[in-house]
Amino acid sequence: MLPECAEKAEPGAGRSSIAPVAAIEVEGLVKHYGELAAVDGVELSVEPGEVFALLGPNGAGKTTTVEILEGHRDPDRGQVSVLGFDPSTGGRAYRERIGIVLQEGAVERELTVREALTIYGGMYPKRLDPDHLVELVGLEEKADARIKTLSGGQQRRLELALGLAGDPDLLFLDEPTTGFDPSARRQAWAILENLTALGKTILLTTHYMDEAQHLADRIAVIDHGRIVAEGTPDTLGGRADGKSVIRFALPSGVGADQLPVPARVRDGLVEVEAESVTKALHGITSWAVERGLELERLQVARPSLEDVYLELTGDN
Amino acid sequence: MTTDVVKRPSVGTLVWEQFRYQNKVFWRTPIAAFFTIVFPLMLLVLFTAIFGNDVIEGMGITTAQFFTPGLAVFAAVSATYTNLAIGTAIARDNGILKRIRGTPIPPWAYIAGRVASGVYLAFIAMALMMTVGIVFYGVQLIPRTIPAALLTFVVGVGCFAALGMLVAAISPNGDAAPAITNATLLPVAFISSIFFPIEDPPRWMEIAGSFFPLKAFAEAFRDAFDPTLSGAQFHWPQIGYLALWGVVAAILAIRFFRWEPSAGSRSRRRRRKEETGSETA
Repeated sequence: MLPECAEKAEPGAGRSSIAPVAAIEVEGLVKHYGELAAVDGVELSVEPGEVFALLGPNGAGKTTTVEILEGHRDPDRGQVSVLGFDPSTGGRAYRERIGIVLQEGAVERELTVREALTIYGGMYPKRLDPDHLVELVGLEEKADARIKTLSGGQQRRLELALGLAGDPDLLFLDEPTTGFDPSARRQAWAILENLTALGKTILLTTHYMDEAQHLADRIAVIDHGRIVAEGTPDTLGGRADGKSVIRFALPSGVGADQLPVPARVRDGLVEVEAESVTKALHGITSWAVERGLELERLQVARPSLEDVYLELTGDN
Repeated sequence: MTTDVVKRPSVGTLVWEQFRYQNKVFWRTPIAAFFTIVFPLMLLVLFTAIFGNDVIEGMGITTAQFFTPGLAVFAAVSATYTNLAIGTAIARDNGILKRIRGTPIPPWAYIAGRVASGVYLAFIAMALMMTVGIVFYGVQLIPRTIPAALLTFVVGVGCFAALGMLVAAISPNGDAAPAITNATLLPVAFISSIFFPIEDPPRWMEIAGSFFPLKAFAEAFRDAFDPTLSGAQFHWPQIGYLALWGVVAAILAIRFFRWEPSAGSRSRRRRRKEETGSETA
């Protein structure tokens, strides 16, 4: 229990007029639990107003990284700057500017939704109106209900509203939809998209690749405590310049060795990896037309984000 | 977006708000309200019915005059020691303390709000017990000893609030806290003559009774309601002993306090289930 001096040491004060270079800047972050390096040299840079996803499998170091940024844990090594603060010493002034949506936070179950939003909002100098918050997360009908009567999904939405109660500049979202069914996830995504429209910087962790793709401006893939790739959903892991694949069914009576380009044949499906799709496709279609063959199930595909993700995080 | 820009709330406001909400939570938790407020009153009704409300031989005071202050102390200890220990340990298990740690409220202000709520409820429980004793069982209030009774009560309640926070600090999880408080409070209440006066206790029981702070609390408070005694009834040795226990408990509570649920507590188990669930899906 640290007594925190309220008035001095506010390195982030007055920053709102001058845009800081980065909302989050992390260099060489290391955190061990006993022998295990949960975080092993993480580097991150998140711009103000950006929705940044930390994507990785369970146990990859996402939560530990975020908990260090939130000030819940101290790193063993590394430089961390969030909104100009060192989270481990930022204290009250730092916490006034961030919102945390815990993976499994809880509130006093005997309070009503509105009471919880009022008391937690009341801890911040800036605060969002509870009526507005319940509307934002779609809990209008439950505003005066005891929290213990909420369903699991409603409690997670309340959790989100609580993270926003202090109108934070930066919001931490730790696995916001883990354990949700598909329709609840779509609902949660719609709410999160509303937030991005507010221009808040959001750091999101998830192990769902489609969630990162759907919500984030930029994604960092973390595995075994290290960032293994970083980019936009379109360019992640060299996805933009990755080779496209042309697929079609092997026409009957044609052997694999008769094809005009180097190809793999799997289960009667021809796969051609091409640097230049146009050229390869031209070669293949001309060849087929000359012989009067129909190329059934013809398709051209770029590598999906899922392919990239599995390749980056797969051990085998 | 409607943002209310207001001043940073003062620490006094934050403590006050926590105090108010903790009280709300208490009254909305029927089991806590029952054991703290109703149960000690039931004991008073039962004891006076069983033993009759005549003057106790050798004591010169009525059954109710003996039991009411002791049970008021017992109720106050439930409101502080038991409630703070269980409430705080469960709040930690549920992740409430972790959430609090991520907000701007200074941690000690949150704890102060919780403790203030326990102390306030102890006063309510005590006042209710004394009122029932006075109104229904002819318990006498002695004006000259009221300052001593109040001082004893404040120090005693502070001591047991600190002990409650110590139990919260050392409880591995929310299930352990009720076990620890019940296993300590009930036997100690017996040997401290809360439930009936023990005449000629065995030596070990006397030593044990004198060691724990409950007996000092009950004795000092009870003597302030003993019309056969004279003087202001400030029991300085007992008050000092309670203060000593309180200070040591508070130091240890601060030393060992944790904000995060320990591995294996309820919330962690839930998380593990979710993760295995999503991995097999």
